[in-house]
This record gives sequence, structure tokens and C-alpha cells, in this order.
Amino acid sequence: MTATRTLTYREAIREALREAMQRDERVFLMGEDVGRYGGAYACSKGLIEEFGEARIRDTPLSESGFTGAGIGAALGGMRPIVEIMTVNFSLLALDQIVNTAATLRHMSGGQFSVPVVIRMATGAGRQLAAQHSHSLECWFAHVPGLRVVAPATVADARGMLWTALQDPDPVIMFEHATLYNDEGEVASEGEVACDLDKAAIRRAGKDVSLITYSGSLKKTLDAAQRLSAEGVDCEVIDLRSLRPLDDATIMSSVNKTTRAVIVDEGWRSGSLAGEISARIQEQAFYSLDAPVERVCSVEVPIPYPSHLEMAATPHAEGIMAAVRKTLRK
Amino acid sequence: MNDLELTDMVKRVLFDVAPDLEGETVDPDIPFREQFEFDSMDFLNFIIGLHQASGIQIPEADYPQLAGLDDCVAYLKARNV
Amino acid sequence: MPSLGADMDEGTLVEWLKQPGDRIHKGDILAVVETQKGAIEIEVFSDGVLRDCLANPGDRVPVGEVIAMLDSGKASAAPTGNAALAPVADARASLEPLVPGRKVTPAARRLARESGMDISRIVPDGTGVVGLQQVRTHAETTAPPAGPTGRTDLKEMRKAIAAAMARSKREIPHYYVSSDIDVTALMDWLAKENAARSVADRLLYAVPLFGILARTLLETPELNGHYEAGEFSPSQSVHAGIAIAMRGGGLIAPAIRNVAGKSLDELRLSLTDLVGRVRSGRLRSSELSGASVTFSNLGENTADTLMPIIYPPQVAIIGCGQIATRPWVKDGEVQIRQIMSITVAGDHRVSDGRSAARFLSRLEKHLATPEVS
Repeated sequence: MTATRTLTYREAIREALREAMQRDERVFLMGEDVGRYGGAYACSKGLIEEFGEARIRDTPLSESGFTGAGIGAALGGMRPIVEIMTVNFSLLALDQIVNTAATLRHMSGGQFSVPVVIRMATGAGRQLAAQHSHSLECWFAHVPGLRVVAPATVADARGMLWTALQDPDPVIMFEHATLYNDEGEVASEGEVACDLDKAAIRRAGKDVSLITYSGSLKKTLDAAQRLSAEGVDCEVIDLRSLRPLDDATIMSSVNKTTRAVIVDEGWRSGSLAGEISARIQEQAFYSLDAPVERVCSVEVPIPYPSHLEMAATPHAEGIMAAVRKTLRK
Repeated sequence: MNDLELTDMVKRVLFDVAPDLEGETVDPDIPFREQFEFDSMDFLNFIIGLHQASGIQIPEADYPQLAGLDDCVAYLKARNV
Repeated sequence: MPSLGADMDEGTLVEWLKQPGDRIHKGDILAVVETQKGAIEIEVFSDGVLRDCLANPGDRVPVGEVIAMLDSGKASAAPTGNAALAPVADARASLEPLVPGRKVTPAARRLARESGMDISRIVPDGTGVVGLQQVRTHAETTAPPAGPTGRTDLKEMRKAIAAAMARSKREIPHYYVSSDIDVTALMDWLAKENAARSVADRLLYAVPLFGILARTLLETPELNGHYEAGEFSPSQSVHAGIAIAMRGGGLIAPAIRNVAGKSLDELRLSLTDLVGRVRSGRLRSSELSGASVTFSNLGENTADTLMPIIYPPQVAIIGCGQIATRPWVKDGEVQIRQIMSITVAGDHRVSDGRSAARFLSRLEKHLATPEVS
């Protein structure tokens, strides 16, 4: 049993940033308010004092501009971590991300690669209303040339960044905005960097496979806990990697349980849940004892009032109802 | 639905439950239990069929009102089926 | 193969007059069979589509063996006379039978195929779906199909039962013990339970009653098992033969396996399935053996008590009379209660009145607390 220590998600990100900067002098952080302000979510608090303005760079309010600059730095041999405050603002940088970062290797015939890591906060739950509550991970997971990860636990928040920086191609890392204050365990010693490839079984079970990622993991585990009191034994899978998806872990689980419920904070239409549902249908059809259920956000712009925001996004009751549907209870 | 349609619907449910009765005349006044030796399982299957065909809820307390063909038609009519 | 004469044991199939895929109407002649009395035509009594011919010309087929399978789908919307659609219809005919309106999950279909079960016979759950659970329940309640053999027609079954009943009364020293039991608590509990269930999931009182009878029997093993060659072998589980009346006369008692271990809904579905198949003559002869005890429930509007006859080689049979509303002394005063008379008939070579009395006394306690029994 390795010794562990308790950290918040925010502290884990900060530690990961510090470790990356210490281990590799090519690594630097750039984004709005990351320097003097310490980060919109306080992830880089204290870093500018430690590493200086050259390596913790405040950028102008221009996502397209500074993301492009980060891509350029990566092309030039640096290892930039571009922090886009939230996925909502990444829409302004989509052209850079999709048409430059994701495609340069292909378009250059392998001559150029773009080893950029783009970190973004994402998701709803803080009453930031329609324009600031998107979960658009599926848009990025749609694009070949990008690698997309979503650390849902403190250990993953701590361990994914270094591995992402080793990737010679772009990695997008999504941090759900409601996770920053969460506490979790991280190993006290040894290498904490973890893999980016495999989904993790957060709770083993035999009756139904609950497949989720990021901010929805907690709600899914809560639903699983409550369902166990009803005699339903849920298996909970944390996807961790959204592109590529870990089909093997997903299908192994569904083949065992014969039922699947996917919990995805994106809107149902064109969702990642839809993609996973299609894959389950392709690879595990004959194991299914019920149609695959999806628990997604209601198809409305995310509301501002707290009670409506909660009702519009996945919640434990909705997850439990979907599970019962697969059991035909 | 009019009386004829309701009668047809009830009869269809009846013959679903007891296919061997198809083709026999159904006396609308006499309770099914007497006419056809219906037991409680036949009757429950009949109620389930009626519920599925008509879409209305049928509480257990109402069973005595569904004893025969005429009774059923009157019951369904009163509930705007 | 129908019995075309009292002394007919078998017939020889001469020729098929219909082919698989043919639409059949009530009254059509299906095949010609040679018997001791000459060539006789076999008539069909329902509409449908001939699916399989299970015997070949020249085969000698015993009376009661299935010789053909007919799909009598209700409300079938099969397109007729449309040549463009014909190839699709043929492809569908080669799959497992598709019963219109029935939902079968891929996992269930696969398990049924692997187990050699006929999907069309499996009772769907309350939502109309045949899932893995339904296939498993079906496997438990029915013996694996032995193909065309192993199924007998009802008339032959009744003859066999009549002979068994006569033998039983001759050979088994019956004793009878009965009790009038207050089942008001059970009926009150049932009304509440049914009010919470959808119409399709409602329970007849026989369902919880049989469950409680079975679990109480486990406590009195000398009433549950077989007596053969001078020895009693108790059964570990309660496989209860359920006496079911056939319309047109006659009683038959096929078994539901492991009644004590089944949930209310599993029992409900097993019972519905069994009664349905008795009525449509689709029982397997294997279901008539294997019971470790029999429950004979007279039902409503019948009579108060019965003195049932044990089906050998079983050693007991439990008869339940109708539920009657009667004045009853409870808590020191006269109340109106619902009373059922339950009679245990036992084989005196294996048990005696005290076993039955013990059983009835425990049963009374369990029936008074239906929510935990």
C-alpha cells in the first residue's frame, strides 16, 4: 500500500504545473489571468512568483490569438500549456485548434508536430448561465488529430498533465468547474504521472454498466450507492480518455452486465453518449438485455437559476430512473 | 366508441383469453364465470386484456361491474372509452 | 398425432397435403395417416401458417407426438400477394418465429438459442419484453425440449391421471387433517399490494398462498418428497404440482419447480404460463413428473373443503377451499373475517396426523404475517 496524501483538485493541478515546469524547462503556462491573478480558478496561484513572467505568461483577451501563439511555440520546440479559461471561450479558438493544431502533422506529411497541451475548465453547476455553462467535450472528441482527456479525480488531475506533455501531438484536458474544491488521495512518493489511455472502473458491479466522465462521475457514484439499497449492483466506469475511447473496458463491462447507461453532461443530440451507444450496439449487441440509456442535459441553453440548472443537467435521480428502465422495473 | 365497437372490443379480448371460445355465441346477460367456466386467472387475464385494449385503469374494487358482456360495455362507456 | 380410436397407439404418416409456409385455414386437411382402421385424414382446427413438418412420410408416430407446428399469429399483418415483398418474407421465415408485437432482447434471444428453447413460448415480463430473466425462469419451469417426442396430448394425459388416482386410493393409506384458517391478513395485504401494481402485474391470491405453502412445507420435510420401493426420499426444494382444471372437464397437475425460492413475480409468471399452456394443450409430459407435492386450490365460488387424493409417488397433497366470509372469534370478540379451510392429505406410511397438524399450525402463523412470509 503506497502512502497517500490528501489534496484538492485545484492543488493537484497546481502541483502538476509546478512539477512540469521543474522537470522540463521548455514547459511554460500561458492564458488569461494565469500570472498576476493566479488563475481564474486559482490553479496557478503563486507560480509567477516562483517561475517568473517569462514562464507564467498573462495573455491578452484573445483566445484565437494566444492559442495560435501557443501552437506556434509548440511548433518552435517549446512545451506550452495553453489555459483557455473555459470551453465556452474556446469557441473563439476553434479554428486554431481544429485547423492548425489538429491538422499540421497530417498536412505537413509528418514533418511538423504540435506538442501543445490545452487546458480548459468546462461544465455547468455554478450558475454561470447559458453562455458559460457548456459541455462541449464531444466537439473536440470528434476531431482526428486531437487527444482529449477528462480527469475526474484528484489523482488523475495530478497525474495526467505530465503524460500529456510527453505527447508529441495536441492534448486537450478538460477540468470540470465543480471539481476544483474536491479532495482526493494522491501517492506521496514515486511517479504520479498516469496513463491517458484507459478508462477506470470506479465501482465494480454486475447488474448495469454506468459509463460517465468528468463532473458527472460523482453524481453517477451517488446514484450507484443509492441503487445498491434497492438491490441493484452498478458498475461505474470513468472514461478518463474521451478521444480515443477505451472500447475494450466499456465492452468488457457491458458484456458482463448486459445493460448500459451513459451519463454525459452534453446535450443528448450529437453527444459523446450517442457515440458510445453506437459503439456498444456495434460491439456488444448480442449481450444487451435492454436498450442503452443516455442521461444527458435537457436540450435547452443551460439555465441560470440554481434549481433549473440542476434540473437541466444530469442528476442522481435521473440516473437511477434510467437504470430502472434498463431493468424494466 | 359506440356500443357496437365496444362490444366487439370486449369480445376480442374475451377470445384472446380463451381462444377455444371463438365462434361461440356470447350471451350478453350471463356473467362470464357462469357461461364459460371462467376462473379467477381467466378473469384476471381478461381484465389485463381489457386494460390494454381500452387504456383505462381498472381497480380491483370494480371487478364485480365487469361480470358479463353488457356489464363491460356499460362500464367502458361510462368511462368515455 | 391425434388418437383416432380408443385403442389406437400409433399411426403411420402417409403424406403431407400442406407444405411449410402454406397458409392454413380451420378445417383444412393437413396430412393423411394410415391406422388399423384404414387411411384417415388429419384436420386442423385453427387458422395460421404451417411452420414445420416434424415427421416424414413412412414414419410411425405414437399418438400424442407432435407432427407439425402451426403459427397462428393474431392480428398478423403479413403482406399477401405482393411479389416484391416475397423475398423479405422468406428470409424472415427462416429466423426464429417473430410474434407480432413481442419484444425480445438480443441477450435473451441468444440464451434461448443456446439452450435450445423456443422463444415464442416464453412468457414476457410485465412490460411485454422477453429478457434474460424470462428465459431463465422459463428454463427453470420447463424441462429442456426433447424435440418432437416427449409431448403428449391432453386426452392421453387424463387417462394416465385417472389410472394413477385409482392406484393411489388403492395403495396409499391416506389420512386427512384440516384447519379453518383466518386469511384476512393475507387478503388485506394483497389488496394493498395490487393497488400499487399495474393491472398487468396483479396477483391472484393463489400466488402468495402457494409461496407461503411452499416455504412452510420446507419446515415439514416428511410431507414433501417421493415414496418409492418402500423408501421415502425427501426433496430439498418444493416442486409443487398445481392442480389446474381443463375446460371441458378433467384435472391435471403440472409442476412449478422450486416454488419456495421464487419471488412473487416469478411465481405469478410461472403460474400464468402454466395455466395458459394447460388450456392450449402445450404441456410437456416431463412436467407431469418431478413434483414433490401437489397444491389443489378450489378457488372462488366453489366449496369450503376438499379431501384430495395424493398423486403417487408424492406423499402429500394440500387442498385449499374457497375463502368464505364468516363470523370468527378474534381478540375475545366476534368479528367478520375471511376464512379458508385447508386440508392436508398425507401418506400414513411416511407421516402421520401430527406432521400435518404441525404444518397447519405453522401455516396459520405464516399466513397471519404475509409481508414477511
